[in-house]
Amino acid sequence: MSKTATDKFTVNINGEDHKVEPKTTILDLADDLGIKIPTLCHDPRLKPFGACRLCLVELEGARNPVPACATILGPKMVIKTDTERIHAIRKTIIGLLLSDHPSDCLTCDTCGDCRLQEYAYEYGVREADFKGGELHPVRPQESDPFIGRDMSKCILCGRCVRICDEVEAAFAIDWTYRGFETQVNTPYGESLLDTTCEFCGLCVSTCPVGALTEARSKGKHRVWEAKKTLTTCPYCGTGCELELHVKDNQITKVKSRPDSLNHGNLCVKGKFGYDFVNSPERLKKPLLKKGTDFVEIEWEEALGLMAKKFAKIKSENGPDAIAGLSSAKCSNEENYLFQKLMRSVIGTNNVDHCARLCHASTVAGLAISFGSGAMTNSIDDIEDAGAILVIGSNTTEAHPIIGLGVLKAAREKGAKLIVIDPRGIKLTKFADVWLPQKPGTDVAVLNGLMHVIMEEGLADKDFIKERTEDFEALEKLLPEYTPEKVEEISGVPADDLRLAARMYAEADAASVIYSMGITQHTTGVDNVKSIANLAMLTGNLGRRGTGVNPLRGQNNVQGACDMGALPNVYPGYQKVAEEASRDKLGKAWGCSLPDSTGLTVVEIMNAAADGSVKGLYIMGENPMLSDPDVGHVEEALENLDFFVVQDIFLTETAALADLVLPGQTFAEKDGTFTSTERRVQRIRKAIKPPGEARSDWQIITDVANAMGDDMAYNSPSEIMDEIASVTPSYGGMSFERIDKVGLQWPCPDKDHPGTPVLHVGKFKRGLGKFHPVNFKPPAEEPDAEYPMILTTGRLLNQFHTGTMTRKTEGMDEVGPIASAEISPKDAKKHNLKTGDKVKLVTRRGEIEANALVTDKSRPGIIFMPFHFHEAPANRLTNPALDPIAKIPEFKVCAVRIK
Amino acid sequence: MPSKTKVIVGLGSCGLAAGAKDVFSAFEKELASSKVTAELGQTGCVGLCYREVLVDVITPDGKVTYGEVVPKMVSRIVEEHVNDGKPISEWIALDDNGGEEAPFLAEQKRIVLRNCGQLDPEKIDDYLAVDGYKAIEKAIKKMAPEKVVEEIKASGLRGRGGAGFTTGLKWEFTRNAPGDKKYIICNADEGDPGAFMDRSVLESDPHSVIEGMLIAGYAIGAGEGYIYCRAEYPLAIERLGKAIDEAKGKGLLGDSILGSDFSFNIKIKEGAGAFVCGEETALMASIEGRRGMPRLRPPFPATSGLWENPTCINNVETFANVAWIVNHGAKEYAAIGTKGSKGTKVFALTGKIARSGLAEVPMGMTLKDVVFKVGGGMKEGGEFKGVQIGGPTGGCLPAEIIETEVDYDSLTQTGATMGSGGMVILDQTTCMVDLARFFMSFAQNESCGKCVPCRVGTKRILEILDKITAGQAEEADLETLKVLAVDIKASSLCGLGQTAPNPVLSTLRYFENEYLEHINEGYCRAGVCADLTKVVISQKLCRQCAVCIRHCPVTAISGARHELTEISQGDCTQCQVCVATCPWDAIAVVSPRSAEFKDEQSEESAEVTTE
Repeated sequence: MSKTATDKFTVNINGEDHKVEPKTTILDLADDLGIKIPTLCHDPRLKPFGACRLCLVELEGARNPVPACATILGPKMVIKTDTERIHAIRKTIIGLLLSDHPSDCLTCDTCGDCRLQEYAYEYGVREADFKGGELHPVRPQESDPFIGRDMSKCILCGRCVRICDEVEAAFAIDWTYRGFETQVNTPYGESLLDTTCEFCGLCVSTCPVGALTEARSKGKHRVWEAKKTLTTCPYCGTGCELELHVKDNQITKVKSRPDSLNHGNLCVKGKFGYDFVNSPERLKKPLLKKGTDFVEIEWEEALGLMAKKFAKIKSENGPDAIAGLSSAKCSNEENYLFQKLMRSVIGTNNVDHCARLCHASTVAGLAISFGSGAMTNSIDDIEDAGAILVIGSNTTEAHPIIGLGVLKAAREKGAKLIVIDPRGIKLTKFADVWLPQKPGTDVAVLNGLMHVIMEEGLADKDFIKERTEDFEALEKLLPEYTPEKVEEISGVPADDLRLAARMYAEADAASVIYSMGITQHTTGVDNVKSIANLAMLTGNLGRRGTGVNPLRGQNNVQGACDMGALPNVYPGYQKVAEEASRDKLGKAWGCSLPDSTGLTVVEIMNAAADGSVKGLYIMGENPMLSDPDVGHVEEALENLDFFVVQDIFLTETAALADLVLPGQTFAEKDGTFTSTERRVQRIRKAIKPPGEARSDWQIITDVANAMGDDMAYNSPSEIMDEIASVTPSYGGMSFERIDKVGLQWPCPDKDHPGTPVLHVGKFKRGLGKFHPVNFKPPAEEPDAEYPMILTTGRLLNQFHTGTMTRKTEGMDEVGPIASAEISPKDAKKHNLKTGDKVKLVTRRGEIEANALVTDKSRPGIIFMPFHFHEAPANRLTNPALDPIAKIPEFKVCAVRIK
Repeated sequence: MPSKTKVIVGLGSCGLAAGAKDVFSAFEKELASSKVTAELGQTGCVGLCYREVLVDVITPDGKVTYGEVVPKMVSRIVEEHVNDGKPISEWIALDDNGGEEAPFLAEQKRIVLRNCGQLDPEKIDDYLAVDGYKAIEKAIKKMAPEKVVEEIKASGLRGRGGAGFTTGLKWEFTRNAPGDKKYIICNADEGDPGAFMDRSVLESDPHSVIEGMLIAGYAIGAGEGYIYCRAEYPLAIERLGKAIDEAKGKGLLGDSILGSDFSFNIKIKEGAGAFVCGEETALMASIEGRRGMPRLRPPFPATSGLWENPTCINNVETFANVAWIVNHGAKEYAAIGTKGSKGTKVFALTGKIARSGLAEVPMGMTLKDVVFKVGGGMKEGGEFKGVQIGGPTGGCLPAEIIETEVDYDSLTQTGATMGSGGMVILDQTTCMVDLARFFMSFAQNESCGKCVPCRVGTKRILEILDKITAGQAEEADLETLKVLAVDIKASSLCGLGQTAPNPVLSTLRYFENEYLEHINEGYCRAGVCADLTKVVISQKLCRQCAVCIRHCPVTAISGARHELTEISQGDCTQCQVCVATCPWDAIAVVSPRSAEFKDEQSEESAEVTTE
């Protein structure tokens, strides 16, 4: 008999007996049974608070009614949810709230979506009996970007304060004053800009009345006038579900539903960063460069020109003189068609995309260790982990909603949090142990952890024996990585390393989360292999709460890889080098496919610079900001014979193109994205595109057909059906099946439920393979001439090259601009204070940035975000590549302050 | 019998407020040159607050307590009593044969206050001399922790902070709750206006509280204790600090107490002035450095309290009982009191009572005996109207039910509560509506703002009471008042909101006629509600001396000596200084029921018409 079955007990609610699980609240049960209990201060994301008293119900034997939201059911409890007394109390409470609330429904933006209004209607509380008394005083407040605050409407349910604390851990607002004068406010009533506010808008999302609103949506429309479309967020790879509110073809508001995968939580980008869609700067017609200027041309002319130019290059220099960069921002269907165009129509494997710059090391490293290069577990697994090791991931900024899961696990569920990061990122404040390693020494630190685990007998011998191979090689390597030696290499204190090793190894389930701090090194693949070693050594794979979890940076970077927008693999990672795959895909696409592996991103740029690549087709990428050593990239692009960019804006890269094609945003088309947890999710058309912009899948089809092919698809759904037919891991996918919450691959057939955890019982490649890895220093280390280390990354409120985020009014205000983060010690040495201009020089170039003095940076290390054209960090970075993954070393180079 | 002469001045807050410091200095000076050598010492409060400054003179002939001592009396006391051994009979409050205040103490049973006013609170030796710390020694050496819990359970002791939960059960729950770290908290955030028994115990006998906490720590398995004391009690905090240091010095606090493996430390945390922090969950939040705001229970502190560890919270008076119980045995304690309420309760008697002060009486004494036997009856011939009992959120009981026994259950039945033991005696000059308004205003000010019924509901009740006392209410407002009071009581989150309507509900229950008089007639029988009364000069009685004109602080009285004087009703603030100073009793507060009121009324309207 299962434990749960014995633990179940009977309670009586409104005269009926029901069996319930332990730890069920009265409200949980009522929800399950469809019994309506009104609540104002309850939000399932938060701990019960019991302030509004609206959910009171009668509990037999209790003197006073009890709050349904907080009362845990016990055996034989008898509950009545709507007696006369309860009804009367609820009416009184609603009446009291109305008596202290402006009668402002006629002009209130929340009208129609206001819980107080809803309950007043339901309980028939009209002209309140208690009206006419004093209203609570409202103290002056600054106005803020994005978040509108009208505290006269506040009912003090405390949800905003609690969500800012319990969920976001931003602690920006609190209750001030007492009693009737209580007001939610910032410290001393300052602007949110001067607080720790992260502008996630969770407070707005949870406010049950009109006190907190989306400031810029004010007066745009009544709640019921908006057309609402469910879709997936276009920023990072978390895959948050969005609800776009649209009126008159304008996105007026973005919300997320409480029952979404992300529980209604969004970050500042997903919640407020939508202006780019309706931006007047959007491209509306194809542009042709005449001299130094662009002129608008018709689609027919553009497509004809492109076909003619590419045909000429192909006939004169062969198909490999043409290359294409696909886009991790575009849908699966578009990526699939793009690589199909390159391979079957143009006839080259020269197709790659920005995954090269983020997780190429992951794809390579995990594939040889486990047989699959994707995140092994699911996002919601994290909350079940006993220990979480975060290495090289600034999760709360780069993947904010996954960051919330990490925080919840550590703060509420008792998980041990180990953070390995050279910077004092937010997670370090909540960590049980923080190992601040010198950038580029991850292999040493990981080997050190494994050394301690072996030495202290914490390895999972059974797992190693049954599930893995080549352990002996690792066993031979580890003895030399003593904590003391690792301390010498990395600067991580030996005792902290020991502590971290124990925390990770002793947990029942331990999860590793990593991102570009691991991958963007010349030792990227080595780093990934070391993580795989660590997880296998402790048996932390194939179960909930465990895993090796690379967080993918772009909304659809997982999908773009899955779709084969890579030079060496077809959709589903079927190898170009294998004849069987070539035959299979060639047959499906009705052509014979080239067998030579194509060029990667940086190699394409090099080939363009040396003239071996003459034609380039870039869809939705901006290498002029995103690639290392952009000075070199610029020269390469200038050197091309024919250069086409397809994008939504005239980006830094598009400005160099001969031909620019106007594409569509996620809001204008149907399709799918695949999130970092391998979940294929829908995007849905919410608005009409501007001008003559075409969806990217349509453009690719048009280009193919202009080049003599006969691609014909009526809809992205049809393209997905073709993807399913040629991609084993997507075999069971269809728009119909993924309609609600998506499906996680592998999903080989129509009956398969999807796969939340990979490698259960058996690795994709059979046995997991250990790879002994020795520490190698980064390609460029500080020296007398360039004495400091420059490392790059992202900010919470910006995304990638800023093409999308920086179009949103207010977004630049809520974070630093073109900043270079520098430690107080170095700042003192160079006589710098926050806001000063600082010139940074590396062997590639120099830029001027705004100094930001912060103890987030440790002495000797400068951090720069790469979002800003004002101070393009990638003029400084080192294009040295990992030998296998060809990923550049964005995370370490030597720099000096001029 | 003491061999040496001692002079002991009561230096509790009540004594200090009455000028004890000057008296003490005067004795210092006088005794420096006295014939007979006398030791000058201090003690706390014996409870006779209405006779402060109190001075004990202990000679080989016995102990004499003088009351209402002022510095100029000191030389005579030293001369006649200290030097010549002749007590000054007309100043004696108490002596070994009785004295005029003897009846105050005669009916009391002093357990909590056993040492108050009897020893120097700043000398641990004084406490040790009266079997101090014998109880913890007995517990550690002769009793298993479980046995201590059993003993407290058997004593029937209930929490003296107000709610009256059985102390032994609370200890048992905390003892049995899983957790390595447990805490004892002493709630010394005594916030009820008019209640000062905890302050008195802390100032007069701090070691009894510390010993009670030690015993609790031993019984429960806690190693750390907090005393959460309101910052408005600086003397209590100072003496507690000294007592903790002294106890540590004697090995009675700290590591390995009395050589055992029991260790216990106490920290003092000062409150910041919020009444609601007397509520246990708000109190813990405050200790943790968070906003003092009550949270939902369960979980109760016994399972998840301070920093989510099992925590036992009792108040000062509860802890002060503990050592006595361990020393004398549960049986002796349980023999005192009624079936459901054992032991004694300390009351702070205030209001229109002859002897206002602290009295500790056995549970089950009738209200009548408390007021008339212990308290000496009404002050200045006032007419007994009722008592307000249980602090600001207690209830008002009328004279008719004065036979009610003072215990938890009987008081709850009447609609009042035991509360922390505040007892305000009321006479005919108290308006019950105004009294309810006063207490509601207190509750409203002290609401933390978290839950709707307390935050907004008490505000609306207060507004209705304002309307009634201003004569602007209708009878329908009474219905709203009742609905609000009942719903707030049933639906508030914490004890503050759940009891805040009690003054309203109990006055409505026993004194509804006064509400109706205010509403229907604009009549306040106590003459308190300023909007419903007028101060008028009877021209018949007035001798035109103009004393009133000189005294009126707002120059509302026109006229001059040998002239007709008149009060301008628009300017009058009804401070009643004129009423008090008129040598001819010619000025009176009048209500709508008196002829003078109507005369004024018609004159006013006449004025309006002529203008």
